[in-house]
Amino acid sequence: MKKTKQLVALGLGIAMACAALAACGGGASTGTTAAPSTTAGAPAAPAAGETTAASAQAATSGGAGKVFYLNFKPEQADQWVALAKKYTQETGVQVDVITAASGTYAQTLKSEIAKSDPPTLFQVNGPVGLQDWKDYCYDLKGTKIYEALAGDEYALYNGSEVAGIAYVIETYGIIYNKKLLDEYFALPTASIKSIDQLDNFAALKTVADEIQANKDELGVEGAFGSTGMDSSSDWRFKTHLANLPIYYEYQAEGITSTPAIKGTYLDNYKQIFDLYITDSVCPPSMISSKTGEDAASEFALAECVFYQNGTWAYNDIKGNEVADEDLGMLPIYIGVAGEENQGLCTGSENFWCVNKKAKPEDVQATLDFLYWVISSDTGREALAKEMGFVTPFTTFTADYLPQNPLVLANDAYTKAGKKAVTWNFTTMPSEEWKNGVGNALLEYAQGTGTWDAVKTAFVDGWAKEYAAVNN
Amino acid sequence: MDKAIKRYFPVFMLPTLLAFVIGFIAPFILGVYLSFCKFTTINDATFVGLSNFAKIFEDATFGHALWFTALFTVVTVALINVLAFAVAMALTRKIQGANLYRTVFFMPNLIGGIVLGYIWQLLLNGILAHFERTLTYSSVYGFWGLVILLLWQQIGYMMVIYIAGIQNVPGELMEAAKIDGATSAQCLRHVTIPMIMPSVTICTFLTLTNGFKMFDQNLALTNGAPSDMSEMLALNIFNTFYSRSGYEGVGQAKAVVFFLLVAAIALIQTKITSSKEVQQ
Repeated sequence: MKKTKQLVALGLGIAMACAALAACGGGASTGTTAAPSTTAGAPAAPAAGETTAASAQAATSGGAGKVFYLNFKPEQADQWVALAKKYTQETGVQVDVITAASGTYAQTLKSEIAKSDPPTLFQVNGPVGLQDWKDYCYDLKGTKIYEALAGDEYALYNGSEVAGIAYVIETYGIIYNKKLLDEYFALPTASIKSIDQLDNFAALKTVADEIQANKDELGVEGAFGSTGMDSSSDWRFKTHLANLPIYYEYQAEGITSTPAIKGTYLDNYKQIFDLYITDSVCPPSMISSKTGEDAASEFALAECVFYQNGTWAYNDIKGNEVADEDLGMLPIYIGVAGEENQGLCTGSENFWCVNKKAKPEDVQATLDFLYWVISSDTGREALAKEMGFVTPFTTFTADYLPQNPLVLANDAYTKAGKKAVTWNFTTMPSEEWKNGVGNALLEYAQGTGTWDAVKTAFVDGWAKEYAAVNN
Repeated sequence: MDKAIKRYFPVFMLPTLLAFVIGFIAPFILGVYLSFCKFTTINDATFVGLSNFAKIFEDATFGHALWFTALFTVVTVALINVLAFAVAMALTRKIQGANLYRTVFFMPNLIGGIVLGYIWQLLLNGILAHFERTLTYSSVYGFWGLVILLLWQQIGYMMVIYIAGIQNVPGELMEAAKIDGATSAQCLRHVTIPMIMPSVTICTFLTLTNGFKMFDQNLALTNGAPSDMSEMLALNIFNTFYSRSGYEGVGQAKAVVFFLLVAAIALIQTKITSSKEVQQ
């Protein structure tokens, strides 16, 4: 009996200790667990796994404000933490940086901003993302960081207020392997003989078809990397590629956003998508589980010649089979008249917003930090050289340009007077719209759905989602 | 001793109770409240009445997810319980290394759902690749992939519960039945099964609710692809929450409906199976 009593006491004691520990543990955790989700409408890089959190504690931060940055780009998580530390050493102001895992920014922001110590600096991805957060955006008009912007097109407006400021300009197109393409040009049967002739859809299709036909001779698996439609990676097609028909429609109508898209250029969208899935390294029935990383590795290992992605992909590609000087980027030609003058797709969907609901001293500290980042040598060095960003700030002189061959490719097009395609996917009505288009595209590619379903998702879906979000 | 436990009851219970209130009751009440609100962050909500619930019915994916989940639950409840019981029967015989087998069968349960999902995704995609197909090619593949995954994960756990039940069947009952000339099939039907009804109650309850609530495995294995056709209820709620701005409340409303549904089904099920339990 006595023994039982002791045992019961011991058991209950342990249970109590566990409960107490569990209760304490709840408050200490920051951030979220990593979960792949379909919200990535962004040039998100390989899954960054766990949320990385770090704080650069100031030993002597007195009554002054502090900065808490919720970073969107997992590719640059460590660099931001290092930069924050340097700032703290220099000024004594505490800067915390948390990076949301790839594809989980919306979740992380929603939970972090509801806490008693919310981020003072966060990001939105454009006008549609702003709708969620406009009540939190401090008016940046008149701040030093706003004054340093190279042009007003890099500011995100909420009415007359400046709600966000773009801090990185990115470019995407069809990345290609110059060496392999030259080998193709050298083929006796090649119809296209130089890169200069490759400036419209018909030429691109000819080249891709002939590479596909001669793939054994060229030592590749296919012309294009796999059109990965896994939900973690389908943003390359449902968002970035879909930007082109939207861009041309906006151009034709003379508008910058719309409650109802017409889908005038959907046949062109079909053309380019058909080309991607036909002249590919894998059959269309396999693409539902292929990811962006698969395509990046196929390109990096020189198994394919073309691969649609952007400047941010450089880090994934470099150091493999493809040498830096062999990297080039073509505009995405979709067969629209006059596309010989089309440039690459350039824009931003990364806007810095300062949290209006943070303490006034924290807002000030954040503004000071931002200006330091874009004006001090340390900050400019970190942004341009370490993170490889092209920024829209006048403070970045010619000394501060990243050595990314894909960025240089874009400069070449700009210098040649080609007209850059703007990023209009920030006006897509919702994530749900993108998912609808992505799903329909996949089913069409697999043969389990029709192109009409893509049209419906694109045109009807737009109106429906626009109404759902804006009522 | 009873007296001592009674006296110290608050000391032992309070921390757990507190954790339960903070970690469960409070979020639950807040969640129900939020289902009537439009909000971006949970401390910034405006009351909108029932409009979130109205929007649930405009959403075709919810109906599909409900149907898909129900079908999935029926299939897995039946298969898991039958197979777990069969394995339990086999491993309560006197065979060499029974304990080792029990451990092996139980082990998959120790791996988290996300990891399991990715492992099985690799395995199944590896096999399907021979036929130029993938798990997310059509929801049929996704459905059976999820079934296989869940069977693998849960049979061992239910097996342990059944083993405990089978070992509790009094030997004299079995002996008496045998002396009366019952065949082993009759022993199983009229002695073992009635005697282990408490285990059946627990196992059906667990498999039923697990089937309905399944989230991690679904997220990792198919993530609803293609076209949300393999999306189960919990994942549908999660996706609704983050899919559009202003739809957080709708996701929350779905979660409340989901809770009511699972609670109702679980209550009915426990009522039915526990009425079949016999007193020793």
